[in-house]
Amino acid sequence: MKIVIINYGAGNIQSIMFAIERLGFKAVLSNNPEEIQAADKVIFPGVGEASYVMKKLKESGLDTLIPTLKQPVFGICLGMQLMCNKTEEGNTEGLGIFDVDVIKFSNKVKVPQMGWNQIYDLKTDLFKGVSENEFMYLVHSFYAPNCAEAIATTNYEVEYASALRKNNFYGTQFHPEKSGDVGEKILGNFLQLNN
Amino acid sequence: MNLCETTKKMLAKRIIPCLDIKNGRTVKGVNFVDLRDAGDPVELAEIYSAEGADELVFLDISATEERRKTLVNMVRSVAEKINIPFTVGGGISSVEDVEILLNNGADKVSINSSAVKNPQLINDLAQKFGSQCVVVAIDAKQIDGQWIVHLVGGKVPTELNLFDWAVEVAERGAGEILFTSMDNDGTKNGFANEALAKLSTLINIPIIASGGAGNIQHFVDSFKEGKADAALAASVFHFKEIEIKALKQELRNNYIEVRI
Repeated sequence: MKIVIINYGAGNIQSIMFAIERLGFKAVLSNNPEEIQAADKVIFPGVGEASYVMKKLKESGLDTLIPTLKQPVFGICLGMQLMCNKTEEGNTEGLGIFDVDVIKFSNKVKVPQMGWNQIYDLKTDLFKGVSENEFMYLVHSFYAPNCAEAIATTNYEVEYASALRKNNFYGTQFHPEKSGDVGEKILGNFLQLNN
Repeated sequence: MNLCETTKKMLAKRIIPCLDIKNGRTVKGVNFVDLRDAGDPVELAEIYSAEGADELVFLDISATEERRKTLVNMVRSVAEKINIPFTVGGGISSVEDVEILLNNGADKVSINSSAVKNPQLINDLAQKFGSQCVVVAIDAKQIDGQWIVHLVGGKVPTELNLFDWAVEVAERGAGEILFTSMDNDGTKNGFANEALAKLSTLINIPIIASGGAGNIQHFVDSFKEGKADAALAASVFHFKEIEIKALKQELRNNYIEVRI
């Protein structure tokens, strides 16, 4: 199985590489459109600031490539947010895969949300064998409101979508690679998806 | 009554063991009898992770020329093995220092003296890597009733007031504050809950309480009275005076949300 992690120059993707290795697979980093298209699974990580990352994606044409991919694609954290219509962070246009707009938590709660929170109302094989209300590790200031494409929900200020799915596209707000053994199971489930 | 079912779903309070690292090895009386190698940070990290620690902090206190290379190797080994987040601190003073640690698998970095000497570093790190990975550590103690920020492990006083400095680092883009009360550190008499609670009224980013943990009730108090988002301790965990599993169960018994 060929797993490609989209590499657009943001740091801190080593954790995902290591998590995939712990699951017994190898992943390669690439921003080459042909290599990404040929992969069995594509992971779209996200660390940093939305408008900066979007700019990087545009520079390498990945903004037009990603929405056309047919194999399972997994956006993590900012990766998931950028797969939405748009985000309030830096007023950034997203890839428009998930039909929802990402907005910021208010100052009624501490921002960023940092730490472990529960996921529930779990849907799809991404959560196969995962119990309701497991804790996942999250670090974020912006969120996707609950919507038709939500496959997991989390409560922080409001109940929001902590995972999304549309066709072959999956995204989680939480970091499965940093969420203990259950997080690793979710990452493993993604790698087992047929589509 | 099942507490699990009645607990409202919310962000959990975090328990964070802190490991001092010198030349890539853990130091300061770690007392795990079942360790094969008491100085191996990876093995300790795995044990704490299995016991339910929510995060780990590695504080590098080496002073050798090769310190950075050794630290990077340690970070890589830890990231290979453990699947919970960890922070690395100690002697970090530039964007380049941070980049190499993050690229090797650290989730967050903690800066202290370098932020006081060059506050712009906070802005630069937040802009380049995002606030989520920038922890600003503040050591402070009371002098004539004023909380004064100190450097070099509490030895050198600055002109800065704890609360003013905390507000400034939050405005500059820190994602989290690690506040150590030098008055409480090592006393085992509990955390500086009054100052912690005041910090929470002034800034809207998470606060990690540090310094003073001696028993389980101290952790309860840091969350209930100190309003802390996370509590950090070293020796009580290293010497097994407090076991993380028992600690978390007692927190839950006190209606404090924790990950169990």
